[in-house]
Amino acid sequence: MSALFWRDVALSFRIGGGAGQSLAFFVLAVSLLAFGLGGETDLLARLAPGALWVFALLACLLSLDRLFQADYEDGSLDLILLGPIPVESAVIAKTAAHWLTTGLPLALASPILAVMLNLPIEAWGALVGSLLIGTPALSLIGSIGAALTVGVRRGGLLLSLLVLPLYIPTLIFGALAVRAAALDQDVTGPFMLLVGVTLGCAALSPFASAAALRANLS
Amino acid sequence: MSATNIKADGKVNFWAFANPSNFMKLSGALLPWVTAGAVLCLAVGLGWSLFGTPPAFDHGEAVKILFVHVPSAMLAINTYFLMMIASLIGLIRRHPVSHLIAKAAAPIGAGFTIIAIVTGALWGQPGWGTWWVWDARLTSILVMLFFYMGYIAMWNAVEDPVKAAELAAILCLVGSVFAFLSRYAVLFFATLHQGATLSLDQEQNIADVYYVPLLIMIAGFYLLFIALLLIGVRTEIRARRIRAMRLAEA
Repeated sequence: MSALFWRDVALSFRIGGGAGQSLAFFVLAVSLLAFGLGGETDLLARLAPGALWVFALLACLLSLDRLFQADYEDGSLDLILLGPIPVESAVIAKTAAHWLTTGLPLALASPILAVMLNLPIEAWGALVGSLLIGTPALSLIGSIGAALTVGVRRGGLLLSLLVLPLYIPTLIFGALAVRAAALDQDVTGPFMLLVGVTLGCAALSPFASAAALRANLS
Repeated sequence: MSATNIKADGKVNFWAFANPSNFMKLSGALLPWVTAGAVLCLAVGLGWSLFGTPPAFDHGEAVKILFVHVPSAMLAINTYFLMMIASLIGLIRRHPVSHLIAKAAAPIGAGFTIIAIVTGALWGQPGWGTWWVWDARLTSILVMLFFYMGYIAMWNAVEDPVKAAELAAILCLVGSVFAFLSRYAVLFFATLHQGATLSLDQEQNIADVYYVPLLIMIAGFYLLFIALLLIGVRTEIRARRIRAMRLAEA
C-alpha cells in the first residue's frame, strides 16, 4: 500500500506527471479574476473567501483524470486490482498520493493568493486550515468520479459534471469558515462541519470508488 | 399474472416482476388505466384549479401556479428517492428491470425539476419581486437538477448497458448521500446569510378552496409520472431486445 503511494507520488513529479500544474492553474485563475474585476481591492477582498475556495476546487478537479486514467490505459490498474491488497486500500493509497501532490500545495500556497486578493489577515489561518481539512474531501470525492469515468474516452467533461455537484457541501462549509474568519466571527461551527464532511468522505468514498473500479474493469 | 408469480403459500412473488417479460405483461395491462387516470385527474384538476378557485388576496391570480408548482416539486424530490431505491435493489439483487426503472425515471424527474424551477421563478416574480433567490429550498432543488443531469450523462457515456447500469447505480447512491448533505448544507448557509427566509410552505396553511384541487393535481401528476415511467421502461426493455437480436445476428 505504501509502495503504491510512493510510486504515485514519484510518478507525478516525473515528466508528464503534472504535479504543480494544478497549483499553476490556481494562481492563474485567481489572477484572471483580479484582471476581470479590474483590480478593485475592496471588491476582491469581499469575493476572496468564496473565490479562493472555488478555484482550489476547480484546480483539484482538473487533476482528477490523472488519478486512475494513466494506470488504466497502460494496464497497471488491472494489475493493482488483481494484486494482494484490497481495491479499497489501493484507492486510499492513490487518493492520498493525489492529495499530497495537489491539495496540499494548494493549501500551502493559498496565503500568497490571499495577499493578491487582499483577504483580511485574520482570515489567513482559516483559509489554510479549511483548505488543509477540506482538500482531502475533494480528492476523496473526486476519486469516486475518476473511478466512474475511468473507462470513458474523453471523460473529462463527464467527470466534472459528476463531481461538481458532489463538491457543493464541502465548498459551502469551507468558504463559510473563511468568510466567518474574515468577518471576525466564530469559526468552530463551519470547521467542525468541514471535518465531518472529510471524515465521512474518507469512510465512504473508498468503497464507492472500489465498486466503480470493479464494475469498470470487470 | 402468470403462475410463476404466485408462491406455494399463495403470496405474490414480487421479485418475479424483475423478469422483463413478466414486467412487460403487467405494465402493458396497467398502462392504459394509469394513463386514463392521469388524463382524467389532470383535466379535472386543471379545470378546477384554473377556473374554480378564487384569486388569493396576497398573491392574486398568481396563486394558481401553485397547482403545477407543488406537485412537480414533490415529484422532483420523490423521483430521486425512487431512483435511489431502484438502484439499491439493482445493485444488490442484480435485477435488470430495477436499473431500467432508475434509468427511465431520471429524465422524467429532471423534467419535473425544471418545471418546478420555472414555475417557481414565474411565481417569484409577482410574489417576491424577483425571479430567483439563493434560498435554501430553491438551491436544493437546483442541486437536484445537477444530480439528475450527472446521472443521465453517466448512462449516456458508457456503451455496455450492464456496466452503465452498475456505474449509474453507484453514482445514484453516492449522489443521494450528497443530495441529503447538500440539502442541509444549503439550509445552514442560507439561514446564516439570507436573513429572513421566504416561506414556501403555503401548502401547510392552505385554504380548503385550494386544497381539494391541489390534491387532485398531485394525484394527476403522480399518475402521469407512473404512466411515463412505464412507457420509458417498456421502451428500454424493447431497445434491449433489439440490441440482443442485433448482437445475435452479427
